[in-house]
Order: sequence, then C-alpha cells, then structure tokens
Amino acid sequence: MDSIALPAGGRAGTSNPAAAARRSEAFAGWRLAGPAVALLALLILLPTIAVVALSLTDFELGYDEIRFVGLDNYLELLDDRTFLISLGNTLTYTLIVTPLSVALGLGAALLIEADVRGRALFRTVYFLPVVSLLVAMATVWQYLLHPTIGPVNALLRLVGIAGPNWLGGSDTVLLSLAFIGVWQAVGFNMVLFLAGLTAIPRELYAAAEVDRAATAWDRFWLVTWPMLGPTTLFVVTISVINAVKVFETVSTITQGGPNRASEVLLWTIYQEGFVYLRVGYASAMTVVFLGILMVLMVLQYRALDQRVHYT
Amino acid sequence: MTPQAWTLARALRLAILSVGALVFLAPYVWMLSTAMKPREEIFSSSLTLIPERLAVVENFSKAFTRVPMLQLLMNGVIVCTIILVVQVLVALPCAYALAKLRFPGARTLIAAIMLGLLVPIHATALPIYVALSGAGVLNTYFALAAPFMISVFAIFLFLQFFRAMPDDLINAARLDGMSELGIVLRVIVPNAWPAITAFSIFSVVAHWNDLFWPQIVVTETAMAPPPLGLIFFRAAEAGDDYGALMAATVVVTVPLLAAFLLAQRRFIEGITLTGLKG
Repeated sequence: MDSIALPAGGRAGTSNPAAAARRSEAFAGWRLAGPAVALLALLILLPTIAVVALSLTDFELGYDEIRFVGLDNYLELLDDRTFLISLGNTLTYTLIVTPLSVALGLGAALLIEADVRGRALFRTVYFLPVVSLLVAMATVWQYLLHPTIGPVNALLRLVGIAGPNWLGGSDTVLLSLAFIGVWQAVGFNMVLFLAGLTAIPRELYAAAEVDRAATAWDRFWLVTWPMLGPTTLFVVTISVINAVKVFETVSTITQGGPNRASEVLLWTIYQEGFVYLRVGYASAMTVVFLGILMVLMVLQYRALDQRVHYT
Repeated sequence: MTPQAWTLARALRLAILSVGALVFLAPYVWMLSTAMKPREEIFSSSLTLIPERLAVVENFSKAFTRVPMLQLLMNGVIVCTIILVVQVLVALPCAYALAKLRFPGARTLIAAIMLGLLVPIHATALPIYVALSGAGVLNTYFALAAPFMISVFAIFLFLQFFRAMPDDLINAARLDGMSELGIVLRVIVPNAWPAITAFSIFSVVAHWNDLFWPQIVVTETAMAPPPLGLIFFRAAEAGDDYGALMAATVVVTVPLLAAFLLAQRRFIEGITLTGLKG
C-alpha cells in the first residue's frame, strides 16, 4: 500500500489507524467475496468430493442402504461392455471431429481473410451453427439424412446411388453424428483462427516476399503456420474437449443406438445415473470422465499459456 | 503476380467459400421449407423447396398447441434470466474484492477458482441431482438454475478485467466516503459493461441451448426449457410429422439467431470467450 500522509496525531496513533484500515479492508473483502465462496463450496467443491466418495459406494437412488464397496465399481467398469464400447465410440468420434473441424476451421479462416469480398457474409454463415439450438438442428439433420424421405438420399438417388440409412445403421451412425459435430464446430474454430490471423504482423509477410517466399503457399508455411502455432494448439485442445462432451445429438437422435453403436460417455453416464439411478456406479464413470477431461484441460492451459507468451 | 492470376485466385476463393456456405445453410433452408410443407409433399418430393400447397398455418399451429410452446419459450427466458442475474451479482463483488482489496485467503480463493474452471457440470450433476431430488424440488425453476448460480468463469473473466482498471478511480471514490459495495455498484459496474455484456451473451447462449441438465431435473413438459421441450414434442409426435416438427425447430431456433444477426460482433466476442473456458 502507498504511504499515506497521515494527519498529525503522534507516533502511537499512526499504527492503529493503519491496522484498523487493513482490518476493515479485509472485512470488506470477505463480505464481497462471501456469497461466491459459499456457492463455490456448495455447488462445485462439495459435489466434486461427493462424486468421488459416491463412486466408492453401491448407492442407488430410491434405496436407503448405502454400503462402502471400495474400488468395486471401477473393477466392474473394466468388464462392462457398454462402458468400454462407450469409451471406444467417444474416442472414434473425437478422432473424426477434431482433425476435420480444426482443418476446415483453419481453411475457412484463411480463405475468408485472403480477400475482402464477402468476408462478413461468409463469417456470419459459417458461424450460424454455433448459435443455433443444437437439439433443433440435430432434428433437422435427422430429417435431411432420413433414409427414404431425406433430401440427402434423394440427391444421391438422382445420381444413381442408393444412400445408406445414415443415422439408423450401426456402420454409419457414428460417422453421421461426427459429420453433424463438424458442421457445428467449424464456425467456432474459424473465429478463433481469424483472431489468430489478424494478430500476425503484416510486415512479416512483406519480409517473406522480399526474402524467398514468392507464392502464397510458401508464405503460409514460412509465416502463417508457425505464427499460428499457439492458436492451433489451443483450437485442437478445445475441439478435443468439446468432442469428448458430445451429448445433445446422441440424446436427440439416436439414444445410443442402434446396437450401442452411438453409445458415448456422457450418454452412458446419463443412462446409468439418471435413468437407472445407479448413482454409485455412475459416479465411478463420472470420475473416469472427469479424469479424462482434467488431463485435456491441463494440456489446454499449457496451450493457452504459450499463446499468451507469444503475443 | 499478374492481374489475371489474381482474378483466378479470387474466383476460386469465392467458389470454395460459396460451396461451403451452401452446406452450412442447407439445414436452415430445408428447415424453413419443410415447416411450410403439407405432410404428403414432405413424403413425396423432398428436393422441391417451394411447396405447392402452403401448410404454414397448419404446421405452426401444431407446433404451438401440441406442446405449450409459449410456455417453453417463457421457461427458457426465465431460467436464463435467473442464472445470468445471480451469476453476475455473485461474481462482480467477488472479482472486485480479489482484484482491488487485500484480504487473507485471497490467493487460496483464486486457486480454488482456477481449479473450479476444470470442473464441468457433468461432474457435479449426480450429487446435486441427489440433493435436489431429496429436497423434493425437481421440476422447478430453482432446480434448473441451481448448479449454475456460481460461475467461476465469470469471476475469472471479471477479475482479469478489473485488474486492468486504474486504482485512481477507486481511491477517488473512497476519498469521497463511498463504501466498498457502493464502489462496486457506482464505479465498477458502469466501467465493466463490455465484460458484463460479453459474459451475458456467453451465459445466455450456453444455457438457452443446454439439454443435459434440464433433461436430468425436469420431467414435466410445463417446466421444460426449449431444447427439452423439443425432445418432448418429438416424443409426442412419434417423430413422424416432420412439418410440425420443423415448425417447432424454427420457433425455438429463431430467438437466438435473430439476436445474433442483430449484434454479430458482440456475439462472436462473447461466445469465443468460451475459448478461455472450454
């Protein structure tokens, strides 16, 4: 704190008002932060501890009995076919959606940034899915991809291809959901890349042109790509995190089916915990899910950290 | 580079972007088109965009009567408002205290907030559900809003913003004899509008579109926010009456889309904030 010129009051008086001021500042601080602290403890801290604790029990909602079962739930997970399928599907989904949505987001950003014509219009169009109600748009996609009355298969029929039952077949369902996921995520990634692109100093391109990069392709690899590095890392991690959290489209369209082919983590947790009410077991799944997210988010923080250092 | 090459590159750019734009717009176009089509045309000619016979009234009246659509929209507005108001009221004073006041435990609190950013609703949902169910308050606005009453992200965001605010402003207010709460209300809030606006858009978009939590705590159609209402609507319709279904999707999608088109820059700013949150 800055030294404040105190009114003449003798040496003994100077420390007491200062201490009093500190006390009142501390008091004010706690009073202002109090509600947030209470809610933080009640709604985040406590439930997180509780979910870990519950995962060690056989608690089921509706039954009064609750028994400590140690790591039994986790051991059961290792043998649970549905859960393992769910993990595998979530991984597949993420591995499809992440690279595609990042690459297309980058591509769109580069093309939009390259020239002024239509810039605002295209940015708006590509961003639309981000602000649209996903449940509603999933419903629309379900209609578009309908095997018999859907326009997609009708188009394919025009060129003589018999389209599959996109969302109804166990071979194509995850792919179709991933497609919708990409459609929804590209605009978000594009905007992050656009922000990254505008932060690149123009002089670098001029210098690159003078130097040796004659074509746009050369300039991309010499300037844009390295300068975008931190942004890209960041977009990748956030895309992975969002893909792992896929829920809305599955819940709206497929409910995990057909044949568990679109069973994903959050859907499985939702079913176990909130439909079958096996809270203890679902808590164990949640802890695994949270563990996966934590690892990803730590990676994301690292990416964010790097991004800050670059700029 | 020759002017001709430029034109070619430009044309190519426009072509690629336009094809992409068509794919992105297709669902919206068909949503509108199908919402206007009568049943028989939906089943016979899915590639025709303009219906021969308009069934707008038919489809939209179904959308508004099969489920209490106005009630659903109202639920969405009420829940989003409760959540946003509480989040901001709780986060602003806390962020101010952390940014500008010295008090014991402040560092620990900041660490707790950073940790809180790592915990999504999916992790805390089970215990909170058990508690709400035990208290017998499922199917209420309170249950819909409860887990979101604290936004660590809001605190984090405002904290960054307040740190950059000059101390002189606050010291001047203190010399005028304002209380700390008075400073928050009369000095901080008027200067924090950009951050508050950005956060508001982020919060409203997130909660208007959320399905996960409403699907957990609400089983009655009358209490459902729009996404869950749409799910109930599909169930009631056996998913076959696509005309009415598309009309319903139009109704629930339009409010946010319209707001977005009116205030695009702010929306993009607000939503990309999630980039910080994940």
